[in-house]
Amino acid sequence: MNLQPVRLGLARGWVTWRSVNTTREGLANTVIWNALPLVFLLIFRNATIPGTDISLGVSLLPGMLAMLVIFSVMGTAYYLAAEREDGTLLRAKAIPRGTAAYVVGLLTVAVLDVAAAVAIVLIPGLFIVPGVPLGDATMWLGLLGYILLGLMACVPLGVLIGSVVRSPRVIGGLGFFGITGLASISGLFYPIAVLWDWVQWLVQIFPLYWLGLGMRSVFLPAEAAALESGGSWNTLLTIVVLAAWAAIGFVLGPVLLRRMARRESGAAVAERRQQALQRV
Amino acid sequence: MSYGRHEVLRGVDLDIRRGEVVALLGPNGAGKTTTIEILEGFRTRSAGEVEVLGEDPERGDERWRAELGVVLQSWRDHATWRVRELLAHLGAYYAPWSTASHPRPHPVDDLIATVGLTASANTRVGALSGGQRRRLDVAIGIVGRPSLLFLDEPTAGFDPHARREFHELVHRLVDDDATTVLLTTHDLAEAEILADRILILAGGRIVADGTAEALARQVAGRAEVRWRVGEDRFVHPTDDATTFVRDLLTGPEGAGVVDLEVRRTSLEDTYMEMIRRHEDESAGLEHAVAS
Repeated sequence: MNLQPVRLGLARGWVTWRSVNTTREGLANTVIWNALPLVFLLIFRNATIPGTDISLGVSLLPGMLAMLVIFSVMGTAYYLAAEREDGTLLRAKAIPRGTAAYVVGLLTVAVLDVAAAVAIVLIPGLFIVPGVPLGDATMWLGLLGYILLGLMACVPLGVLIGSVVRSPRVIGGLGFFGITGLASISGLFYPIAVLWDWVQWLVQIFPLYWLGLGMRSVFLPAEAAALESGGSWNTLLTIVVLAAWAAIGFVLGPVLLRRMARRESGAAVAERRQQALQRV
Repeated sequence: MSYGRHEVLRGVDLDIRRGEVVALLGPNGAGKTTTIEILEGFRTRSAGEVEVLGEDPERGDERWRAELGVVLQSWRDHATWRVRELLAHLGAYYAPWSTASHPRPHPVDDLIATVGLTASANTRVGALSGGQRRRLDVAIGIVGRPSLLFLDEPTAGFDPHARREFHELVHRLVDDDATTVLLTTHDLAEAEILADRILILAGGRIVADGTAEALARQVAGRAEVRWRVGEDRFVHPTDDATTFVRDLLTGPEGAGVVDLEVRRTSLEDTYMEMIRRHEDESAGLEHAVAS
């Protein structure tokens, strides 16, 4: 196997991420959006889950991390659509092994975005919220494991969506409201048992509910499982559902991406540019 | 080549030799960009045979791709990257195809100097002016030292100074590396300066093919001689201006000739005439079909 596209892709991902986050706008975007959850952690830092002595903050923190990982679906799709519109993808197509390296770069940026977001929330979060089992190695391993599993479920899904939906503005708008809407009913901030049955079934289709559940199983003491549906962490099912989403993305993502990339041409880029200008 | 039911190119037949600089001229919508994109392998054709550097562009592999340089009309990519960073990165893709006799990629700082961007080497791409951006596009097109370079309206938006520098750059490329260049342009003077051969595309067909002089001969076949004798002005079209002028000056009225002027048919005259003829022909065809 030729590793050159991987090496160049990692390099391009890193340079892209760094160059965006060294602009004032890019840095402000990264810091402000990701620091938003910290406000809620500060507000609820001394509260406990009603009827228990488990810290509310410790139960909110894993949900927030899950949400940050899920945003990589939107992020990846957005980058892909935007870079298709501005000609980055076509440029990649014009150079030898460029498309392969481009895809590696895209995944690299998604991973770096999630890593930065998690660091921005988790590191201050550990100081704000009492009762995180810091000394527990299984907590750290579990956290890392679920972040990786979440990335595998989300990033290819983002590639899939970004290959099908043309407009980065649609992805940004619908993606943001879609994910925050889904997050509000996915049991991240309160048990889903209080919602109607059909809503519970619906949210359990999506990876966000399961990623949140998995993250809570890592942060919370064993007795907190009693608050989940079925009274258990359902670890096996969690892994199966997330892996199924990853499988869908890994199988369909590359197919749709290849189909889309094959159709890219200078005339297509110029035409989309014209359309984008007319909308402004 | 067709989009849906609308045929864009019909019977485009063309051969380009190694080291040749060919300019593709034609009105908007004539099929220039379509032709170039088929050759670049960016677009599939509905019919016909195409071979570029010995390969069908639709099946060209990475080794083939490494021999091509592509400069398209509109790029806005990599806005946050810095100029030097981007050129160094994109150059690295060509390194596996480097040989002792043809080292790849171009040394980045030399290339930046060649396109006159040394002072902007650490500027973000998005902060470049239109002309600088275009010169960066050209630098990216040649960073891998291609054997064949496609330039789609490379100097659109250049000021006259930048345009002249760009022409010198293309001449250097062709002289040093024997690069084959296919360019499209709306600037006839540019085509005349740069190209060994000019193709005029109209309505999806090649309506003319040759050097600027050959095309001029093909159209009018002649120059125009103007002169004055006393108050009388004369205009005379001729195939052989030299003989005509000699005869004129040594003839009976020769002593009275003043304000002598020989005007060669310009490329612009040629171009307008070619397009007009093509339009007449297609109008005639449509008329024939209608009646």
